[in-house]
Amino acid sequence: MLNLVISGLATGSIYALVAVGFTLLWQTSQTINFAQGEFVMLPAFVVLAAMHAGLPFPMAILVGLVACVFVLGILFQRVLVAPMLKHGVLPLAVATMALSILMRESVKEFYSAEAQPFPSLLPDATVDVLGIAVSLQSVGVLVASVIAVTALQVFINRTSIGAQMQATAQNPTVARILGVPVERMILITFVINAVLVVLASLLVTPIYLAKFSSGEILGMAAFIAAIVGGFNQVRGAIAGGLLLGVVDNFAAAYLSAQYRTAVPLFILIAVILFRPQGLFGRSEERAV
Amino acid sequence: MKPVLEVEKLTKRFGGITAVDDVSFSVQEGEILGIIGPNGCGKSTLFNCILGQLQPSAGHVHVDGRNVTGSSPEALNALGVSRTFQLLQVFAQLSVHENLILAGQEHQGTMLRRLIGRRDAGLADAAAQMVRFFNLQHLADERAGALSFGQQKLLDCAMAFMSGPRLVLLDEPAGGVNLTMLKHLHGRLRAINEERRSTFVVIEHNMDFVMSLCSRVIVLAEGRKLAEGTPAQIRADQKVIAAYLGH
Amino acid sequence: MTPRARLIGIAAAACLVAILLFLPLGLNTYGLFILSMWAVMSIAAMGLNLTLGYAGQVSLAQGAFVGIGAYTAALLTINGYSLALAFAAAALLCFAVGWLLGYPALRVQHHYLAFVTLAFSTLAYLVFRNEEWLTKGIYGISGVPRPAALGIDLAKPLPFYYFCLAILAVVVVAVWWLVKSPWGRAFVAIRENPLRARSLGVNTSRYTLLAFAIGSGLGGIAGALYAPLVEFVDPSPFTLLLSLNLLMMVIVGGSGYFAGPLLGAIIAVLLPEWLRAIQSYYLILYALLVMAILMWSPTGILGIADAWLERRRSIARSRALAEKTPTLASGEDA
Ligand SMILES: Nc1ncnc2c1ncn2[C@@H]1O[C@H](COP(=O)(O)OP(=O)(O)OP(=O)(O)O)[C@@H](O)[C@H]1O
Ligand SMILES: [Mg+2]
Repeated sequence: MLNLVISGLATGSIYALVAVGFTLLWQTSQTINFAQGEFVMLPAFVVLAAMHAGLPFPMAILVGLVACVFVLGILFQRVLVAPMLKHGVLPLAVATMALSILMRESVKEFYSAEAQPFPSLLPDATVDVLGIAVSLQSVGVLVASVIAVTALQVFINRTSIGAQMQATAQNPTVARILGVPVERMILITFVINAVLVVLASLLVTPIYLAKFSSGEILGMAAFIAAIVGGFNQVRGAIAGGLLLGVVDNFAAAYLSAQYRTAVPLFILIAVILFRPQGLFGRSEERAV
Repeated sequence: MKPVLEVEKLTKRFGGITAVDDVSFSVQEGEILGIIGPNGCGKSTLFNCILGQLQPSAGHVHVDGRNVTGSSPEALNALGVSRTFQLLQVFAQLSVHENLILAGQEHQGTMLRRLIGRRDAGLADAAAQMVRFFNLQHLADERAGALSFGQQKLLDCAMAFMSGPRLVLLDEPAGGVNLTMLKHLHGRLRAINEERRSTFVVIEHNMDFVMSLCSRVIVLAEGRKLAEGTPAQIRADQKVIAAYLGH
Repeated sequence: MTPRARLIGIAAAACLVAILLFLPLGLNTYGLFILSMWAVMSIAAMGLNLTLGYAGQVSLAQGAFVGIGAYTAALLTINGYSLALAFAAAALLCFAVGWLLGYPALRVQHHYLAFVTLAFSTLAYLVFRNEEWLTKGIYGISGVPRPAALGIDLAKPLPFYYFCLAILAVVVVAVWWLVKSPWGRAFVAIRENPLRARSLGVNTSRYTLLAFAIGSGLGGIAGALYAPLVEFVDPSPFTLLLSLNLLMMVIVGGSGYFAGPLLGAIIAVLLPEWLRAIQSYYLILYALLVMAILMWSPTGILGIADAWLERRRSIARSRALAEKTPTLASGEDA
């Protein structure tokens, strides 16, 4: 039971990382990133490619991080998002759908269609938590995610750049008038998202292997987590991710395998219909 | 004679603020009632509560003696009540002609008729007439979004009349309209009022426009009704002068 | 529409019809299959364009309706019922389910609505996959017949292609009628400004549900055509991906333009086949192309054409105005 909760929280914390990034992109620049799952899939392959080229694992991670921050953060924002932003949510969302196809197919064609093993940062062992043996993987994932999310929260709430980011998210026009460099703040958000997906990739791939199609499930989970938690709130996305991870794990344990994936979807529909601001979100003020 | 519109102790609160505070008035058939008051005194909110865009916190609204408090906007429109909004609300992608037909089509025939019947819902002539009436005939096939602000404002008004309403509520029809256009609009409203015996309630900041158009004027201040009377009485009212000149 | 735009439209339509009628005579079985598939996807995309492009309601569930239609038609025809009945049943069932799916649209809008329909789409896939007693699960229903219609044998690819084309033609005419009717006007009004529409007596709830239901019904018709075309129905084509793909067709072709979905379907169905010549990279190229089109013109391909015509028009207008000059004193501001 507790084991289920802990491994659920571990999965959930990865969802949370991805969902937080997803939410940030929406907040600062109305981007619904349908390629977010592929964003998690790609870094693992960059790291693998770097290792193929002969780099040691830690160096490969560094290369992966730099490359992904550049491509998934800066390039993505500059080339795709920025020019399309003023034309509304939908064309951009569709463009990210195309991007997800592009990333998936490119990895399949140019790397491999087979699942690839990925080195773990942690040894495959168990640790004792409250008298129960829990896999070190789970604990490690949980700890790493908590650190990352806490660091992000501190950054957003305690630093002046964080404050400017919040201002940008709330009202870019006013923020601009107040002298906030809005474009730079948006770019920073995309960089943060890139860092988050790289981290998620490093945490999740040792467990589920690196595969070109793995983004679909992850992207969907992050997507649901973000909405369930409250689409316009970082804290909500974290809670939503954790909740979804635990629910997922329990559904896997106690429900028929067939409809396991339906549970999060029902939660999603119920939340949108009866609490559209999300379980943990504030309601958006709407003027007549 | 039964009033066309009767508003009874209407109140609307937004959280802490009371935007409309215990306002009562009635409008007789064929009358043009003006509503004036400083910015933010609750005029538009009053309209929105009467017309179902907002639910009033308290009070009642009667149209032709029928209680319509809290009815939906489309239900009210079906009863012959029509309106314009303070901000421009034309359908930018549709042509002027299409805008006008849209404005009247739901009053023509049944749902099925509107699917398999005539494309113009039998309103082509009425629309053409309305277009001429508001002097927009050379623009009939333009997208409404391509019109000038003043022209759109005229179209907005014209749309409110397409369904042949008994009662029309106009929220600042003259706002942002230039002088020539203003005179034109004034004349058109007068003409419709006389020809069709339509009843109007007009919110307006332009004093000359209100005082020359309306037979009776209500003054709102901070959500409350401050004064009511003929234009001459309002002009002379000390409370009104004080409210407008500040405390 | 301006006379010029109308002329261009008519000319393009005539060319398209001529190509569609005579091109297949030189095609092999596979070519005919792809062209038939284009007709199927065009119908589904036209349905989505009605819901999304005209009425402004974002739906990511159109693929699910194609699936529902396909299963309905497959199950009926395999049990000996006629193709006409299969079409009617598929359309009606999807109309009803679409109507129900429209209810969330009355509560939430835009991206929230997209998410609800997305969840529905995935749930529908799970049902196709898991309810084996009905759908035979992942093994699928094979041997879906191509019954004769109006006494014409449809078993061969060429007659079946013409059958697809005939259905597409009927749908095109019906949708054209619909969008030009007061209903179509009401749909656009909901998209543009629901607040104003309501104050003009437009029952936005009813029209929203209708837009969903009719759009979904067309998805069902597409599905009912899909089943006998492929002669096999399994869950795998009806994942969320199909819904996203249909959305891509509508947006890339030009959402809210009548011919947008037909064009979008060409790009999504026919183009990848031509790109197959350059090996397995075709999906990559396709994705790049979609992004390029959207970056160039977020309103889709027909958006480009429209902007071009509009520009020419405004030039012509200002020239005409310059010729008339000062006597224009009818009271409008400039
Ligand atoms: N949806 C809303 N939520 C909260 N407060 C509102 C809302 N709508 C209006 N208000 C408040 O109610 C008050 C009255 O607003 P209203 O728009 O009715 O004024 P008005 O008399 O029409 O002003 P103006 O002449 O500028 O149009 C204002 O203080 C406004 O801030
Ligand atoms: Mg106002």
